[in-house]
Amino acid sequence: MADSNTPVAKASPRSSPMQQISVALTVNGVRRELEIAPWTTLLDALRERLGLTGTKKGCDHGQCGACTVLLDGRPINSCLALAVMQDGSDVTTVEGLARDGTLHPVQQAFIDHDAFQCGYCTPGQICSAVGLISDGRARTRAEIREAMSGNICRCGAYPNIIAAIEEAMKAT
Amino acid sequence: MTSYIGTATSRIDGRDKVTGTARYAAEFGAPDLAYASLVTSPIARGRLKRLDVTAALKVQGVITVLSHQNRPSMADNDKAYKDQVAPRNGSPFRPLYDDGIKFSGQPVAVVLAEDLETASYAASLVHVAYDEEPHVTDITRQRYNGMALKAPAKPRGDATKAFSESDARHEADYFVPIEHHNPMELYASTAIWNDGRITVYDKTQGVQNVHGYLCGVFECDPGDIRVMSPYVGGAFGSGLRPPFQVALAVLAARAISRSVRLVLTRQQMYAIGYRPAMIQRIQLGAKADGSLNAISHDAVTSTSEYEDFHRNETTWSSLLYRSETAKYDHKLVRLDLPTGCDMRAPSAATGVYALEAAMDELAEALKMDPIELRLKCYSDRDQSNGLPFSSKNLRECYRQGAETFGWSRRNPAPRSMREGHEFIGWGMATGVWEALQMPIAVRIALTSNGHAEVSCATADIGTGTYTIMAQVAADMLGLPLEAISIKLGDSTLPQAPVEGGSWMAASVSNGIVTTSQAIRDDLLKLAQRLPGSPLKGRSGDEVVLANGAIALKTDGRDATAIADVMRSAGIDRIEREERTTFAKDDAHAHNTHSAIFAEVRVDEDIGVIRVTRVVSAVAAGRILNLKTARSQIMGGVVWGMGMALHEETLIDHRFGRMMNANIAEYHVPVNADVHDVDVIFVDEQDEFVNPMGIKGLGEIGIVGVPAAIANAVYHATGVRVRDLPITLDKLTRKA
Ligand code: FES
Ligand code: FES
Repeated sequence: MADSNTPVAKASPRSSPMQQISVALTVNGVRRELEIAPWTTLLDALRERLGLTGTKKGCDHGQCGACTVLLDGRPINSCLALAVMQDGSDVTTVEGLARDGTLHPVQQAFIDHDAFQCGYCTPGQICSAVGLISDGRARTRAEIREAMSGNICRCGAYPNIIAAIEEAMKAT
Repeated sequence: MTSYIGTATSRIDGRDKVTGTARYAAEFGAPDLAYASLVTSPIARGRLKRLDVTAALKVQGVITVLSHQNRPSMADNDKAYKDQVAPRNGSPFRPLYDDGIKFSGQPVAVVLAEDLETASYAASLVHVAYDEEPHVTDITRQRYNGMALKAPAKPRGDATKAFSESDARHEADYFVPIEHHNPMELYASTAIWNDGRITVYDKTQGVQNVHGYLCGVFECDPGDIRVMSPYVGGAFGSGLRPPFQVALAVLAARAISRSVRLVLTRQQMYAIGYRPAMIQRIQLGAKADGSLNAISHDAVTSTSEYEDFHRNETTWSSLLYRSETAKYDHKLVRLDLPTGCDMRAPSAATGVYALEAAMDELAEALKMDPIELRLKCYSDRDQSNGLPFSSKNLRECYRQGAETFGWSRRNPAPRSMREGHEFIGWGMATGVWEALQMPIAVRIALTSNGHAEVSCATADIGTGTYTIMAQVAADMLGLPLEAISIKLGDSTLPQAPVEGGSWMAASVSNGIVTTSQAIRDDLLKLAQRLPGSPLKGRSGDEVVLANGAIALKTDGRDATAIADVMRSAGIDRIEREERTTFAKDDAHAHNTHSAIFAEVRVDEDIGVIRVTRVVSAVAAGRILNLKTARSQIMGGVVWGMGMALHEETLIDHRFGRMMNANIAEYHVPVNADVHDVDVIFVDEQDEFVNPMGIKGLGEIGIVGVPAAIANAVYHATGVRVRDLPITLDKLTRKA
């Protein structure tokens, strides 16, 4: 049973303040400066500090791909990257793909092919797909499937994701 | 008029989802937001002896640590904790209530801090001592210690005797392990504090269920709490009941009078709910011509020590096939685990797996084609109660599915088909689910500028609810799709049931029809007041709303623009909220059906299994949206692949703890696992199930798929694996 006489404990700041480090990132073309603890991941910096919640957290352990962003054009798991180590990098998130209100061809193809259901894995899938297309190595359907296997879709939209990527590949 | 219903309309929420603007429960904030992190129990049963929070409180940025010792008050009766879909029997789990430990992973303390990293770091500094008690978590050891549950149907005849006298017999055990939903979105709640009132953004399949639960647990007025869930990153049944994190987020907000966000880790989510493991024993007896004369289906499933959760695994074999005799038995075993919960097609995904794998074995014993056997036992009536189906086009599913798949080219002998170093196996199975609908209320506000807002407290968990609601409303109101906006996922909206059981499409669509008719009738009355109105003396049934106008149904002529009708009446808004209930149709059984065909390729040397082709032919009444419907079934097929080949939650019974509580070691299908999936919707008109003839699709997609794959693996390899998942080691183990 709860003991109503026990007061809600309040912390007294006795330990030393967590050291903050300055980081400058270019996010979706905009330079952002942050004072950030060294243990903050790029994913949490985007979501909790910069309000860019389009990038998703599905595991925080590099197992699901929901947090995929483009770092200097290459897809990475942002939950496995510390923000302080990306000083000076160029980060593109799902929010930065559309141009002047026009969707990126991959985004449009995802809508047209119903390549998602709940939409939670979708930003990661799209960033991986954009990276995959610009990398240009995956050409066959089997290669695309293999390359996209780091992005789990629990809704099971995989065949539609492949169809969307194939169409976007043709368009680019 | 129908111009959107039945078409392949793209999701209206698609743009939000591909641009990252769709916001989920953890993505709402407030300036005073505090972050919560949980401390959970590593023991499965016992008591919390000591809690030492000294080190945690010393960390700068920690606000407080809550436990059962210092939490704000919570209700002290079971009724308050019983949500809409709680099991009837038992005492629901009360998070942070007292020192009792009921399962490994149970939250015992909540650390609150100014930022996320500080909260999780400080949680690691909370030291807890426990008094451990012996626990039991292994269903196989408790198989014969279960409590008897009421059978879903009365036995018919003497199945034991009939079985012993059958020309062909098959009898075996089938095992399905614990499985976890693992939606991609982590379970999360953000409680926004506003002067004692709280708005909670929650990951749920039923905002009003969570609302009622929170008002009960915290003994507060309905107006003090609002639950919002505009987007849900998958749930599959795990969001039907309020998970513990929503109670803890609200508890924490009340404790510190601030906004609080609590996001579970993937590991912590494993204590939310799961598909219970089950052991099933099936006996099938048939005459030489293939007609069944005995079905016996026994199931043993598990629940927690504190609640009786179960569904009827055996109900499906009681209704599907004609058989002279039948009997059923279901026992429930108590384990020191959290209570299980519904997971996509609860009881059918598992029960039909066992039945349909057994049917394949019987077909082999009879030297009969598996489809032929099923046609031989085909029933136009629900065998458990003798009622005819409101519609059942399963025959056509078999026919079209077989034709698309190329079934006639199958060589029935196992290990007879191969290409290169791979054996090829072809298997099939039947699927069945129930067609349900629930009472629901829908509000529509039509404005004279030709826009309509449709609202209902339902959810879109990826199913496409937003889109089908807009399609139905557009057609019923005679407006373009773009003129419809949908509001859902807010507990203050008109009443809706939880989104589950495949009942939402039918419920909300018929609900929109009812309210649209009320709007139509209002418009008709106004139109009839216009001088020389051609609609004078006409009833609501004789008119239609189409192309932004109200007109006679017969010829569509003499149309009057809705905007003109409203303007001349001097109003710019018509708002109606109507409740829809569904007449009980006791004269029929209501079900969806499917036929699934699967091709697997199995490596001859190392036993790697690939599912290279699946055809799913579905008879589910009227299909509202061909695009989202196809996706629903495809998703179900992918789930069936996971169930057949990948998914299994493993428990270390020495500790009573789930060992692979993450998404790397709990295997789910990835893109490379999924090849061609062909979905066929067989034409099925149903005039009895509900006025629109909708039967729902959320569950039927998975049912039968695990059996079709298991049967294909047997056909490829000649090895029957009856304990899921069929991993490659099981293909070579000695019996
Ligand atoms: S959140 Fe980064 S891989 Fe899952
Ligand atoms: S769309 Fe739901 S997880 Fe991929």
